[in-house]
Parts: sequence; structure tokens; C-alpha cells
Amino acid sequence: MKNIKFLTLALVVSTLFIGCTKDDDPQPVNEEEVITTLTVTLKPAGGGAEVILQSRDLDGDGPDEPVITTGNLAAGITYNGKIVLLNETENPAEDITEEVEEESDEHQFFHTSAGGLDVTITNENLDSNGNKLGTEFTLDAGAVSSGTLTFTLRHEPTKPNTGLEDAGGETDITATFNVAVQ
Amino acid sequence: MRNFAFLTLLFSSITLLSQNCNNSLSGLVTDIHDGQLLTGVTLIVAETGQAVQTNLDGTYSFTNLCNATYYIQVSHPYCLTKGFTVKVSGDTKKSFKLEHHLEELNQITIEGKAYADKSKTLLEHTINKDELERFSSGSVGDALKSLSGVSALNSGSTVVKPLIHGLHSSRVAIINNGVRMEDQEWGAEHAPNIDINSVSNLSVIKGAGALQYSGDAVGGVIIAETSKVPVKDSLYGKSLMTTTTNGRGFSLSSKLTKSYKNGWYTTLQGTLKRFGDFEAPGYVLSNTGMDERNGSIKVGFNRFDYGFEGYYSHFKNEIGILSASHLGGAKDQVRAISSDKPLIIKDFTYAIKAPSQDVTHHLATVKGFKRFENFGKLNFQYDFQRNNRLEFDIRRGDDKDKPASDLELVTHTILVDIESRLSDQILLKSGLMTKYQHNFANPSTGVRRLIPDYEMYDSGLYFIIDYQLNDHLLLEAGGRYDYSHMDVFKFYKTSFWDSRNYNQRFSEIVVEDLGTQILTNPQPKFNNGSGTLGATYTFGEDYKVFFNYSVASRAPNPSELFSEGLHHSASRIEQGDLSFKSEIAHKVALTLQSDSDQFSFNINPYINTISDFIVNEPTEIRQTLRGNFQVWEYRQTNAQLLGVDVDASYTFAENYRINSQFSLVKGYDRTLNTPLIGMPPVNISNEIVYQNSSFNSIRLALQSSYNFKQNNYPNTNFEVYIPETETLQEVDVSSTPEAYHLLDFSSSIDINLNQASKLTVGLRITNVLDTSYRNYLNRLRYYADDLGRNFLLNLKINY
Repeated sequence: MKNIKFLTLALVVSTLFIGCTKDDDPQPVNEEEVITTLTVTLKPAGGGAEVILQSRDLDGDGPDEPVITTGNLAAGITYNGKIVLLNETENPAEDITEEVEEESDEHQFFHTSAGGLDVTITNENLDSNGNKLGTEFTLDAGAVSSGTLTFTLRHEPTKPNTGLEDAGGETDITATFNVAVQ
Repeated sequence: MRNFAFLTLLFSSITLLSQNCNNSLSGLVTDIHDGQLLTGVTLIVAETGQAVQTNLDGTYSFTNLCNATYYIQVSHPYCLTKGFTVKVSGDTKKSFKLEHHLEELNQITIEGKAYADKSKTLLEHTINKDELERFSSGSVGDALKSLSGVSALNSGSTVVKPLIHGLHSSRVAIINNGVRMEDQEWGAEHAPNIDINSVSNLSVIKGAGALQYSGDAVGGVIIAETSKVPVKDSLYGKSLMTTTTNGRGFSLSSKLTKSYKNGWYTTLQGTLKRFGDFEAPGYVLSNTGMDERNGSIKVGFNRFDYGFEGYYSHFKNEIGILSASHLGGAKDQVRAISSDKPLIIKDFTYAIKAPSQDVTHHLATVKGFKRFENFGKLNFQYDFQRNNRLEFDIRRGDDKDKPASDLELVTHTILVDIESRLSDQILLKSGLMTKYQHNFANPSTGVRRLIPDYEMYDSGLYFIIDYQLNDHLLLEAGGRYDYSHMDVFKFYKTSFWDSRNYNQRFSEIVVEDLGTQILTNPQPKFNNGSGTLGATYTFGEDYKVFFNYSVASRAPNPSELFSEGLHHSASRIEQGDLSFKSEIAHKVALTLQSDSDQFSFNINPYINTISDFIVNEPTEIRQTLRGNFQVWEYRQTNAQLLGVDVDASYTFAENYRINSQFSLVKGYDRTLNTPLIGMPPVNISNEIVYQNSSFNSIRLALQSSYNFKQNNYPNTNFEVYIPETETLQEVDVSSTPEAYHLLDFSSSIDINLNQASKLTVGLRITNVLDTSYRNYLNRLRYYADDLGRNFLLNLKINY
């Protein structure tokens, strides 16, 4: 008898649990950390037209590939470079460069030229500890040549370092551009 | 017990009024359990001291009794002595029922009986309490790995997931104290949320034959049982403490049980574990510490013919994931794989930082049973589970301390079972299950949901029938039907939705188009049938042959259906498929067992043929701004797994025993004619044990295990462009690690402290030779070696 009562009670309790109401439609997640767009602006030190290199991937890890915009450099010209990162899934677009600069000691941009491209990158801006940050830099275009220019953002690299090989950390962004010096 | 009955008997003696004293009292004495006639039962009339015994047909007879009320004591060597009050009026007939098999009865707690017959035609492998205690500081997965045919899928050393005959995750049902664990088991890096110290008996059924638990256990069923409480007045407990050199941590666990003769009992149990970074030979495995806190309480009432139990357990653990395994993309993967050491090695610390997981599991259950004469036993169970899983990634800015994934899975289940003995030969078990599940993915993480919000309704019914044809042959047949229905709210990326042609195939499920994302409401339904057919043949003195054929149907899990996006902890993009069907497995298993004291063995070959098997394999490389990632796509194919497990144990001299094990499994994709990914390599282990019960139960054991290199694997390597070196470099993600040999030593000795307390001191050394090795089934094998030597000091006090 006792356990019949108990079973009845258990049954009633369990139906109570089950009779919960349904939630409303779920809310979409707007990803705050996503970086959709990397824009490198190269401004000739002596004035003139800016060269814009851009990699834009609006669907993030989705199947669409990044859209690359590239430009050509003029031989013998010094450019002041600046990198801007945007999250364009938000409206208005969020400037992620600010976050990177706030946590400058945990980030570093590396600039790699390859394939015979004759450019030299110097004068990177520094983080709060006086190590390289690299969101701003100077680029000297040398002789006529062509190749690739790669920008890599590492999160939590070993600082200071001598380059990508011993920097460690985790790659947050990497974009390669085909560039020519004319 | 008997004395007590005797005293009662004395005190209850009363002076009789003598009237008509020529009456007889006669009848039958039977077993209340199965109605069997009991012979040799002693019946004593307290008032007169008359004693008789039942004869071969279970009858007894007293003569010369008056018209009065008598107290009669009925006793039998294997039964609980009982007293009955009988009113004699004229020649009276009265039959008595005794609870036969007292020793058995002591084990019949609610779950004990529920688990007695898990499957009669599949050999059940069991890890007992003593063996489990040796793994007290580890996990359920560590202990299970010690069985043949069971391996472990590791993510580091603390996330250990059991594989049975090469299959894991949703294909292995885990039953904890009668409750099927619903703990987001679909992920390869999600370990079962069970405290090993709450388990007293852990069994594995390597097949889907145990239909009372599930019809979708394509791999097998793992059953964790809590300890059985005797029906007597007692208070007892134990405490276990383990300290380890590797991880520089400890595990502390205590359990206390109070039981009463009237059937009430309660057990309290708790465990604390804390470990810092573990170490491989030569370096620290940074951020691999863990912190675990568990507790459980059980209150119940147990009688022979009815009983109930309430159980609640709380499991919480926080586990650090090797820092060096957190990667940004294929280029990082190249660096990590080509380096022979992890890329991040820091000083030892107890701190757990991102990446990490923080999992909480609540389990509450109430259950009861009632035994009906001539009908059988009715079981009822309701359980509630709440699993909250937080995964932390390395993040930037304000999101730093926010989890990247926050999932809450709530499950309610009701089970009703009936066990009825239709005849002496036939036992029928049947039951109903109904389940409601709700998953909530917290959007405040700021990361798109890996698993969508959903509600799931599940219903199942089953029957299993055993037919004991004769002393040698037992036949078993069973069937089960499950229906499940999901109501899902899933956001798809528009680009993914279109690239899959979902915009044409599933346009009717779109709820809202948000531009870059599309909200959909898929409502998949699955009808699954499963069945089992088997026989057990006993011959000679110790031989048994088990044959079992089973069909299991498994509905795709939420991860297989809905994954879409970067799975950060695996550094890959995972994509499910909305159109998946249930996978159906046909498994034939044969076991030859010999169980004699001196030499025992079992050989278990099997073949498992699975149609629409869901595999997750790399298919392409995707470029994103974060770098290139491998895309792992779920697809359905036809698969076949074949293998054999062998166990042998031989006592070659007094107190000396050799235990050997061999496991082999081969898995093939029959559609593509390639090997399946992630199959356990061949493993052989041998152990020599010295145990002397007359010398403080001293036990010394040396175990050698050899793991071969896995030579059957699909080639899933890919190439990536490295700008620094201007080369295309191959990312070798498929090559398997070299074979390795490990040596473990364990010892223990008992010291009696006083009459009621015993201290057991144990010392274990794992990886005695400090061998550097990598294990194919460790998902972090690309980044670091496995654990180095570890000394474990184990103290146990029983009181």
C-alpha cells in the first residue's frame, strides 16, 4: 500500500516536471570577437594615392572564401602602413584594432614578404612593454619586383622574438596578398 | 537473527486453555520468490514445543492441537526464520511462504535485482570494487580501459571516454545507478560524468543485446552500480585517499552507510580531487590540471516483495586542456606537429586557465518495485538529469572570462518494467520508457551555438524473453521499438545554407531570414526498431558458449545533424547534415568461456556490420581570415568492424597468477574501401600477480602492456602554404604513433586496526620506465607525449 502511494506521488511529481512551458524562439548570436575584415592602408610618405590591401570574409568560418583586394607599390617610395581590423557582422562595424591595441602586450602583427618581392618593413609601433606590436609600420618599396606580402596576427606570442619562427602563440589572422613593385 | 526469533518465541509462550485438543494443522511451505516447494523446513509450535520438518513434497503436519491461536516458528537453513500466528479451529490447513536464498536476498536491493540479468547471451565483463578502488584517483574511463575490447579515447589524461569494440560516444550507452546518462555524450572530448568512487560494480556488455536499457547501443552498454546495502542493522563506511607525484595532487573519497533490519538504508558519499599540471617524461604538460567535487546521497527501503529508493548525485569537474593544443589554423598545426615538444611549456601550476571545460551534472532518481505473487515484479523509475557544460577558449577583450560554449541539457525519463516468470523455464521482461529532453544553448557566450536549442520526445517499449530449454541450453529473444521526435531551433549561416542547397531542399523549415543568418525549425522524427536473438550452451564442467545476434538502430545525434562551424577545441570546422537517417548495426558475437579455478579464459570474436554509419572525416581545407582550417564533415557510409578479444587467467603456483589479454579490432568503410579513422590498435597485456590471503592479504602485481602501431588508417593529410618559407607543406594529421610498451606496478597490504576497522596501504607506479610515448587514441597526441612515471600512494580505511 505504502509503495503504491509512493509510486502515485512519484508519477504526479514527474508529470509536474514534464509539464514545463516552451521557451520563445531563441535569439541569434552576434559574434563579438569575429574579425571579418583586415585592411592595410599604405600611405606614401611624400603624399599621393594610398594603396589599399584588403581581405574580407563576411561569413567567417562559413564556406565563402575571403575576398581579396590588392594593389601595387611604386619603386623607391616609402609608405606609412596602418592595419585596421573590423567586425562587419555588427552594424555599425566594430573596430577590433582598438581591442588589439588595448591588449598590445598579448598581440603582435608580423609582416612577411616573399617570392622575390623587394620591400623592407621597419619602424613597427610598440606595445605597452616596449616590444613590437606592428599595427603601424614603415614600408620601403625597393626595386621593381613581385611576390607576396603576408600579415599575421598572433595572440599571446613570446615577446620579444625574432620573427614568426620563434614567436609561438596562436594565429588569430593571416592574410596573403599578391603585390608588385612597379 | 535466529536467537532473536527464539527469544520472541519464548516470550510469546502463553498458557493454553485445554479444550478439544485433537486438531491437526497441516499445509505446504513454499518459496515466496518462485513458489518452489521447500523441503527440510523446521516448524516449531512455540506453545507446545512440538517440532516437525517438511518432507520431500514440502508438506508438514502437526497433530494434537487445541482450538486456539498458536505462534509457529518456521525456519530453514537458507531462509530467514519467520514467525506466524495461526488460529487453529478444527483440522486446519495453513501454508507458509519463506524467503528462500537468504544470501541472495541480501544482495537484492532495488538496482541489484534490476541488473541481475543484463543479457544472458552476451558475456558481461565486470570490474569489481577492489579493482575500482585502485583507480580511485582516475576516472571511469581509466578503469574500463583495463578490460579487453574496451579502449579509451583521450583528450589529454583527464578526459577519458570509453570505446567498446572501436565505437564510442552516442554508440555506447552508459547506465549509472539505473539511469541512462544524458550528459552531452556526443562529443569525443566529453567524458562520462560519473564519479568512479560512487561506483561499486562496473560492467560492460559488448553489444546491443541489453535491450532493457536502449536499442541504440551500437557499441555496447556500460553499467555502473552503486553498492548493495544488506538488510540488517549496521553502520559502516570507508575512506580512500590517494596522492600522486605526477600532477602533484590528491583524491579523497568517503562513503558511509547506515542500514536497518527493517529494510531502511541510507548511504552518503563524497569525493574531492585536485591535480595540477601533469608531466610527460621531460616536460610539464601545461594547463592539464583538474578539480573535481562530487557527492551523492541514497535513501531507500528494501523488503523482499517491495522497496523504493531515492538517489541524488552531484558531479562537478573543471579540467584544463593542454595549452599547446589550442591552435589558430593549419599553419599553427604544422608548427605544432613538426615540433617534438609542445609549443607551450610553462612551470608547474595548479591553476586552470583557458582552454578548459567546466561540467556540472545533477542526477536525481526515485524508483520502486513491487513483487506480485504468481505475476512477477513491477519496477518503476523516474529520473531527472541536468547537465551544464561550459567550454572556455582563449578569447580577447571583454569576452576573456566568458565561456565560448554554455550548454544546458535537461532530461526527464520515466521507466516502467515488468519481470514475470511465465513458467519454470520462461522469463519475460518487458517495459516502457518515455523521455523528454531540452537543450538550451546560452546565446550570451557571443559565439554561435555549436549545438542548437531543441526539445526531444522519446518513447520506447521492449520485451526480452528467456527460455531455459534444458540444463545446457538457454535461448533469449528480444525486441524494442523507439520513436523520437525533435523540435529544433537552429540558426544557419546563409552562406552554408545556400552552399548545401538547403534553400531548395528544406525551404519549408525557414522561420526567419536575418540576412547573414537564417533561423530554421527542423523537426526530425525517427522510428527505430532493434532486436536480439541469442543462445547460451553450457557443457563439460566449466564451459559455456554464448552466441548473440543483435540489431541496433541509432538516430543521429544533435551534433551529427546540426554541427556547422569552427569547433575551436579541435581546431577544425565541423559540418553535420540535416538529412541523416538512423544508422543500423547488425552484430554477431560468439564467446567461448571456460571458468575453472586454475585456468579460465574467454575468446570473443565478433563482426559488426553497420549501414548508414555516421563518420566524421576531413574533406577539404577552408580559407578564412583566421587561417586555413580542415573541414570535418559527417557523412553516412556502410561500415564493418571485426575483431576478437581474448582473456586468460592461469594460477601456475599457489598464490601466483598470470592474467593475459588481447584485443584486436579492424574497421572498414565498405563504400570507399578504406580503413575507418580512429580504430584502436592491437593491444596485448600480461600481468603477474602474487596474492597471499594468509599474510595480510598482500598483493603484488606487475603489468606489461604492449600497444601496436595502428597501420590501418585513412590518409587525411593536406597541404598548406607557408609564407615564411614560400613552400607548400604537408600537414600530417593521419600518421599514427609508434608502438609502445608500458610497465605498471601495484601493491597493497591490509592492516587490521581493530575488530571493525581495516587499513589498506597501496603503492602503485604507472609507466615505471618513464617511457615517452604517444597514443593514437589521444586527441592531443599531435602536440605532446603522454604521461610519464607516476607514483600513487593509496590509503584506505574500512570501518
